[in-house]
Amino acid sequence: MPCPILTLLTTSLVLATATLPAVAMDITDARGRTQSFPKPPDRIVSLLPSLTETVCALDQCHRLVGVDRYSNWPEAVQRLPQVGGGIDPNIEAIVALKPDVVLLAASSRASDRLEALGIKVVALEPKTHADVRRVLATMGQLLGVPAAQGADRVWRVIDAGVQAATQSLPARAQNVRVYFEVSRGPYAAGESSFIGETLTRLGVRNVVPAALGPFPRLNPEFVVRARPQIILIGNRSMQQAVFYPGWDSLPAVRDNRICAFGPGEADVVVRPGPRMAEAARIMARCIADKAP
Amino acid sequence: MPLPAPDAARPAAAAPAAAAAAAPAATHRAGWLAVGLLVASALLMLLGASVGSTGFDSVLRMAHDPVALQIVWDIRLPRTAGAWLAGALLGLAGAVAQGLFRNPLADPYLLGSASGAALGGALAMAFFGVSPTAAQWLARVGVTGMAFLGATGAVLLTLALARGVQHTLRLLLAGVIVGVVLGAARDLVELASPDILQAMQAFTLGSTSFVGWVACALMAAAWALSAGAAWALARALDGLTLGEATAASLGLPLGPMRAGLVAAMALATGTAVAQTGLIAFVGLAAPHLVRSIARVTHQRHVLLSSLMGATLLLAADILARWALAPQELPVGVLTAALGGSYLLWLMHRRSVQGGAL
Repeated sequence: MPCPILTLLTTSLVLATATLPAVAMDITDARGRTQSFPKPPDRIVSLLPSLTETVCALDQCHRLVGVDRYSNWPEAVQRLPQVGGGIDPNIEAIVALKPDVVLLAASSRASDRLEALGIKVVALEPKTHADVRRVLATMGQLLGVPAAQGADRVWRVIDAGVQAATQSLPARAQNVRVYFEVSRGPYAAGESSFIGETLTRLGVRNVVPAALGPFPRLNPEFVVRARPQIILIGNRSMQQAVFYPGWDSLPAVRDNRICAFGPGEADVVVRPGPRMAEAARIMARCIADKAP
Repeated sequence: MPLPAPDAARPAAAAPAAAAAAAPAATHRAGWLAVGLLVASALLMLLGASVGSTGFDSVLRMAHDPVALQIVWDIRLPRTAGAWLAGALLGLAGAVAQGLFRNPLADPYLLGSASGAALGGALAMAFFGVSPTAAQWLARVGVTGMAFLGATGAVLLTLALARGVQHTLRLLLAGVIVGVVLGAARDLVELASPDILQAMQAFTLGSTSFVGWVACALMAAAWALSAGAAWALARALDGLTLGEATAASLGLPLGPMRAGLVAAMALATGTAVAQTGLIAFVGLAAPHLVRSIARVTHQRHVLLSSLMGATLLLAADILARWALAPQELPVGVLTAALGGSYLLWLMHRRSVQGGAL
């Protein structure tokens, strides 16, 4: 195990020295569009919670002037003006904040409209661990934070945090079969999603294989057949967990080996951002607790 | 949407022509209605320029603050004009649809354009980011372009299934079937990529917040074309109120006229849906509201319905911006709630008086 990590560290060090901040930065975003920024933006509007968290993790929280209504961490951003959601942003409120750049998801329809109004838009959409790392690097570059103190440091902390969470798991939790339900449907977190990647690193076995895609909608039968030993649920709305017909016979349900994450914890667990280490800790704690 | 057989609705739809022929007073009233709607539109335009999340402040500081000027000139005005134009397109398409199908329940989305547009939008959203080449190509067309292509494709598919526009009932059925099938296809796309669900919800609720001047110009051009066509071909609608056989016996070239009307309706609906999403009810309610005030020949009726739809949607849009400011409501929710309750009240009043709507 130590060998690949060492290689990773050296590669990131090499990368860090190679990408020292230049005078004018060329930023390429998730849409493949390259834009030039003469200087790091001072007024930032973020329309995606994970990007808000990334800005703050790079210690640049003070540059945020507006966020979407779902951004709630760290606490400082709750005092900022809210400009609607990522899907239904309030264009007028964004323009009124005179941002130097707007950060949003690649799928947002607002980017065309904002660009037509002469506002620079950087679309980033982290979906995997590798994406989170890439987004950190891009944001560090955009904000003019040297990689050694910014992106690489934050990534090392995330990486070490996930590693520590893995080591905190007792031996009986190794290779335990888990099932993660993101929302009712049931929509599951597959092995290829960032939640699945965290679960893999924790050393537990996801019953939803990567072949099914990141967040597949499953037939409840599939879960009964897969017989997970622990069920994890990201339950944002705190509705009573009502299981699907036939699930009563599942050992996990019968013995109440269920981790339901409430609103606060669910926000951490389901956001692909700098709090992934905390997410790993939350999941590890519950898995250790409930492991048979 | 299940619809009653066209014949059940004939008396209601036949009434405007008959009434107009009988009473010049109705024409007079129609004139006043047009003037009233235009004045209301002008006032609402002014109001629309001053309502938004930054409040009236922006209008006051417009002269010396470039951002305030941008907010009023590049955001509020195109948005206000866009809401008016989208309403005008939907009202026009609704009036044409109700005349063409001789059915007061007909709405602009009847030929499958709504499901087609939603499918196009869903495909555009789902394939963003999947492959870089697709993303580049799609980025140029965009959700808007794909929605328009989807709407047009759906209408063409309906026409192909109905083997032309000769049989109204077959056209109606084909439209409903295409709507259901394309709706299912959209569900499949959404299931395959659940992360677009939220964005699709926003699309199906409708919103004017992404409308810029270019979109306004497109909608204005589409309106000019389809309103011109509807105006020129309205005689066919008048003829149809008396039944297909009578219309044919009047010597009207029904086939080509119908094709032209379907094209006008598809163009109007497709453009509006692509720019603003699926705004419910304006197209259905506007012709009814016009009919309840003035019963005139279709030539005037389609234009009045267009004006009525425009005024309705503009008013709803301003309310949507105002009600929860600085937050916004999706305008489609408001049009359905307000238009629906007014129509219910109207129906109730009519049924108490013993008349039909």
